[in-house]
Amino acid sequence: MTDLVAGALAGIGRPVLDLLALIGRVTLWAASAISHMLRPPFYWREFGQAVMQIGWYSLPVVGMTAIFTGGALALQIYAGGNRFGAEAVVPQIVAIGMARELGPVLGGLMVAARVASSIAAEIGTMKVTEQIDALTTLSTDPMKYLVAPRLLAATLTVPVLVAVGDSIGIMGGWLVGITRLDFNSATYLKNTADFLEVWDVGSGLVKGAVFGFIVALMGCWHGMNSGRGAQGVGAATKAAVVSASVLILAANYLLTEVFFSA
Amino acid sequence: MIELTGVHKAFGANRVLNGVDLRIGRGESMVIIGGSGTGKSVLLKCILGLITPDSGTILLDGHDVAQAERDAFLARFGMLFQGSALFDSMTVWENVAFRLLRGSLKRPKPEAKEIAIEKLRRVGLGPQVADLFPAELSGGMQKRVGLARAIAANPEIIFFDEPTTGLDPIMSGVINDLIREIVSEMGATAMTITHDMTSVRAIADHVAMLHGGIVRWTGPVSEMDATSDPYVQQFIHGRAEGPIPSVR
Ligand SMILES: Nc1ncnc2c1ncn2[C@@H]1O[C@H](COP(=O)(O)OP(=O)(O)O)[C@@H](O)[C@H]1O
Ligand SMILES: [Mg+2]
Repeated sequence: MTDLVAGALAGIGRPVLDLLALIGRVTLWAASAISHMLRPPFYWREFGQAVMQIGWYSLPVVGMTAIFTGGALALQIYAGGNRFGAEAVVPQIVAIGMARELGPVLGGLMVAARVASSIAAEIGTMKVTEQIDALTTLSTDPMKYLVAPRLLAATLTVPVLVAVGDSIGIMGGWLVGITRLDFNSATYLKNTADFLEVWDVGSGLVKGAVFGFIVALMGCWHGMNSGRGAQGVGAATKAAVVSASVLILAANYLLTEVFFSA
Repeated sequence: MIELTGVHKAFGANRVLNGVDLRIGRGESMVIIGGSGTGKSVLLKCILGLITPDSGTILLDGHDVAQAERDAFLARFGMLFQGSALFDSMTVWENVAFRLLRGSLKRPKPEAKEIAIEKLRRVGLGPQVADLFPAELSGGMQKRVGLARAIAANPEIIFFDEPTTGLDPIMSGVINDLIREIVSEMGATAMTITHDMTSVRAIADHVAMLHGGIVRWTGPVSEMDATSDPYVQQFIHGRAEGPIPSVR
């Protein structure tokens, strides 16, 4: 009987301990990655390439996500507001919804799908084909050469993507507002501009930086710890996207608590 | 120069190295032979610190490699990986000149490219491959690019993991001569893994046979044929019958 209880407790305890150990390892690894980010040598060429990969090439997908979301949001708020005669708040709520929540969260998730996967696949392939070992023997630290430029690039460029996404999303709402909902264009824009506060946008940009860091961290971590062979790389890629997405949503909740809870 | 004592390494239940003892003198060419999967590549990676041994010591010039200053330590080495391990995001010459384009050995780009093209010529590749990407080359050509990269910065100690596997007999001959030349003329210390007995005879001063996680036999290449060790005899004559099982 005691054996049974002990067995059951071990069955619960072991995965919990494993999870805690994993969180500890990732945290230590992230700390070491940050320290490499701040100490020379810096690989500017790799940083530039990472900015292009993570920032520039993500613009279309982030823009598309934002415009459709802004449009749908305008329709929903109008329909909802209609129930108690508050249709006029569409511009304000679209703006605040995009800037505080949907811009950073959807932008972050799209970048997670696009970038965490490609970083994990690229670094994972380098790992299984011994390219990481080759880098080390050529006196180049993979943490500095591969990980640090990607972390820095993602942390700096995702906020810019979020800012672009916010603007395009608000524009999507405006387009729907003036074409489908009989808003006056100038009034719509004026209401948006008057209502939005700096911190509405600023908090979203801070979220963007955190989400960018999470995306690059998960891509690099899973890539560097990829199992062997094509199967190992496949599993690493999947794990990178799933973990980055979940961590983004969790971090979003925590940041919102910190920023906006009364 | 390099001295291994009681080196053990296991991956989970797979006990690969079980107490390897081996000495390689300065300016000597050591060839490691042994069946595939016996841990030859793992052994080289342990010396380089790419894999941490579970126990045992590895000394370079009398100093424990685990305590060595990494940059200075690695700057003395060149390594050809079994699968070439070329960086596929870079051209062939940028791969060869990798060390010469960054870090302490950095030099101007045109000079680095010139050196890269010269090293490519030494492994039998013309200047036209310099601007191609590794994926555009055959396996044998990739191997030779890997070789050129390993020798690009004129290292003191060079490891070659199966340098002639996948090459035609003539190209194998060119590579064997090159390795011999690097050791005799540049005074480098070399450790080469190979299955090719022609290479062994062309390259080796000393031979070590790895089997069952230990060095089963080691000695000068001139004594290899005369040894009575049944493992060595089976291996060098390529016999299916003998103490080494054919199903592993
Ligand atoms: N990174 C690793 N993780 C787990 N097992 C490994 C790793 N590297 C090598 N092995 C295992 O160690 C054994 C020896 O491999 P290796 O040294 O590559 O053999 P070889 O003598 O053919 O070069 C093999 O069974 C291989 O599966
Ligand atoms: Mg091998």
